This record gives sequence, C-alpha cells and structure tokens, in this order.
Amino acid sequence: MDNAARDARRPKLRVATTSLAGCFGCHMSLLDIDERLFDLVELVDFDRSPLTDIKHCGPCDIGLIEGGVCNAENVHVLREFRRNCKILVAVGACSVNGGLPAQRNHLDVGACLQQVYQYREGVAGAQIPSDPELPLLLDKVRPIHEVVRVDYFVPGCPPSGDALWKFLTDLISGRTPRLSHPMLHYD
Amino acid sequence: MSRQFLFDGQPVPFEDGQTILQAAHAAGHYIPHLCWHPDFPPHGSCKLCIVKVGGRHVSSCALPAKEGMEVESNTPEINGERRALLQMLFVEGNHFCPSCEKSGNCQLQALAYDLEMLTPRFNHFFPDRPVDASHRDMLLDFNRCIFCELCVRASRDVDGKNVFALTGRGIHKHLAVNAESGRLADTDFAADDLAANICPVGVILHKRVGFAVTIGKRKYDAKPIHTVALEEGE
Repeated sequence: MDNAARDARRPKLRVATTSLAGCFGCHMSLLDIDERLFDLVELVDFDRSPLTDIKHCGPCDIGLIEGGVCNAENVHVLREFRRNCKILVAVGACSVNGGLPAQRNHLDVGACLQQVYQYREGVAGAQIPSDPELPLLLDKVRPIHEVVRVDYFVPGCPPSGDALWKFLTDLISGRTPRLSHPMLHYD
Repeated sequence: MSRQFLFDGQPVPFEDGQTILQAAHAAGHYIPHLCWHPDFPPHGSCKLCIVKVGGRHVSSCALPAKEGMEVESNTPEINGERRALLQMLFVEGNHFCPSCEKSGNCQLQALAYDLEMLTPRFNHFFPDRPVDASHRDMLLDFNRCIFCELCVRASRDVDGKNVFALTGRGIHKHLAVNAESGRLADTDFAADDLAANICPVGVILHKRVGFAVTIGKRKYDAKPIHTVALEEGE
C-alpha cells in the first residue's frame, strides 16, 4: 500500500480549540498557516472551536487552549476540554503563564472593577455589572497548568503560524513536537 | 605541553588560576550563566553554571580547573536541572516578556530558549513589586530581578556609589535602593554608570529608548545565546 492510500484509510484526528482569557491572537496565528490549512483539514476534523461554532467539546484527540483562566466559566470550559481531549495543549503566552490578563494579579479584583465601571471619568452613577449570566472573576488569573494537567506547551505571543504548523504536524505524525530557535519565543 | 581537562569528553587546555567556565569559554564551549560576568570575580549564586566533576555538582564559575578533571556540562541531566532553576526564577518574579523592553536582549529569556523551557511548570507567585520611575533617566522594574547582584557589585566596586543592595532573606529577599527614601531619584545614580548598563534582565532600564530595536534585530533574535556569548566574550 502506498503512502497516499494509507493516509486515506487512516481516520482523521479530531481537534477542538478555544480561547479562554485570550485575545484570539493565537487563533489568528493558526489561520496564518495560510494555504497549509488545506493540508490540515485533510488530517483533522474540528470539534468545538470558534472556527466551527460548536458550543461543547465532544471526545477529541487534541485540544488547543488559548488564554489563561480568569473567571469561573474559563474553569468549566477548561475542565470540559481536559475531560474530552486525549492531548491538551497550552497555546500562547496567556495559557502558558497567564500573560497580559495576569498583569492584574497584584491588584484587588473589587478595586479593579470599581475603577473600570464606577470611578472612570464619564461613568457617574454606574454600577459594577452583576447579571447572574456573567461569569464571576477569579481573584487571580492563572495559567492553565495550574488548573488542569497539560500535555504540551507552545509559548509565544502569539506563536507564529510556522511554529503552530511545526508543532501540529510533529504531533499528528507521531513525532515528539519540538520548537527550537528561532521558532521558540515568548514575545 | 599545556595542561588540560576533559569537558564533555573533549580536551580543554587551561592556565593556572583559570576557572572551569573561563577555560571552557576560551576553548569555545559555552556554559550557561546569569550572575557571572567576565569583568567581575565569581559570585556563584545563580547556579546556572553548575557542572558535574567526578560525580559532584560544582559551580564552574568558581572552581579552578585542574589537570585531568572530567567535567560534564551539556548533558540531559545537567540541562534539566538548569531548566528547573530557570523555571523557579520565572515563577518567583513577574516575567511577562511581551511587554518587556528587554525582550530579545534578555539573558534570562535567551537561556530559557536555549534550554528549551516551554513551560514555567510550577505555580506562579505573582508577587507585588511596584516599579521605581522616580529617576529622570532610568527606570527600575523590580518584577524581573533575579538577584544576580551585578548592579550591586558594579555600583560598589566600579562606580564607587553603592546605589544598590540586596536586603531581606529567603523569599523576602529583594533589591533595594540605598537612599533614605528608597527612591532612585534620591541617589547619585547616573545613566552612564556601569551599574546602569549591566543588568542581564529587564530591571534597570534607560528611559525613552524602549523598543527602539525592531523584532528580528535584537541581540538574541538571529543567533542563540550560546553562540552570541562566545562571539562577544560574555
């Protein structure tokens, strides 16, 4: 059997992605693999992801998590991914070390909310939003490995499209994913 | 015939008084380090330069080379220990590279790349360390301090000003400014002091020059630190 026939018989891997306390920059970087997206969809099907708009994660081979954990909903989503994904990957600075959202960690959450919603110029009489639909903020923003077990980490703000492509193709083809200079960077 | 020792199985010549690190660098073998600087005596605090000699861990910046030593440095075991030291440094402070002016020129970051540190691994401390922007030309961002004492040593031994000190013990250790008020503006610190230009990380920064060099042209963008350091004698 030649390689093409073998690849055609191999079931596609199922991949889910989400952005927690992130800016979707890492998802944009994933789109930055450009025409290699056509190669990627030959290899994988997407489950829950901003790309599919599926709302909940089913059983998957790979889960890609962008962003850290800043509120209660992030915790639930992250745990749903961990329950369903054989391999969970922290993608980008925020999921690896908290990143930009974690810069609030030395401030009191209540004081932060008051500053933004009550004390800012031009918002006289405003209140801190308290709709029960809104997820409660955690006192500190956490990287995802402080909440669930994480199998792989891809640092970068964001990781480049090339870095994500190298990582995913390594992982999908069964090699140990490896990013070395200059694909490994934290900024 | 010059005397030599074995460094990762390779013969390395040395002169009397040379440390393992000095001799290895002279022979083109890089040993990771943060608190060591070629112009200062060894400090031995960061432990990044640990190597194994005869099965024992030693600081290669401090131990004089001896005939016939067998030194292990670039091994999975030692590099794993170095990576763990870096991970502890990263979680103990606030090292947020994307917003740091030193990014791309930072020894801590460059070493973490070189040792393929993909995750901080431990739980973060997220300490509260306010910055000191009081000085006209210089900024102190204590969030990134790794306690190498290079600024302390440079200010005391070269500049003759004693501007900096480490104070407190254990987890309470921190960099302090030697002024009644604790503010940098109330010292005779100047932008051309050696202490203002020796910080290996992003604590002591010059104002009004941040992000002047574009990504791709910074010190460690094109080549990894093990190459740059040997080329520049660092």
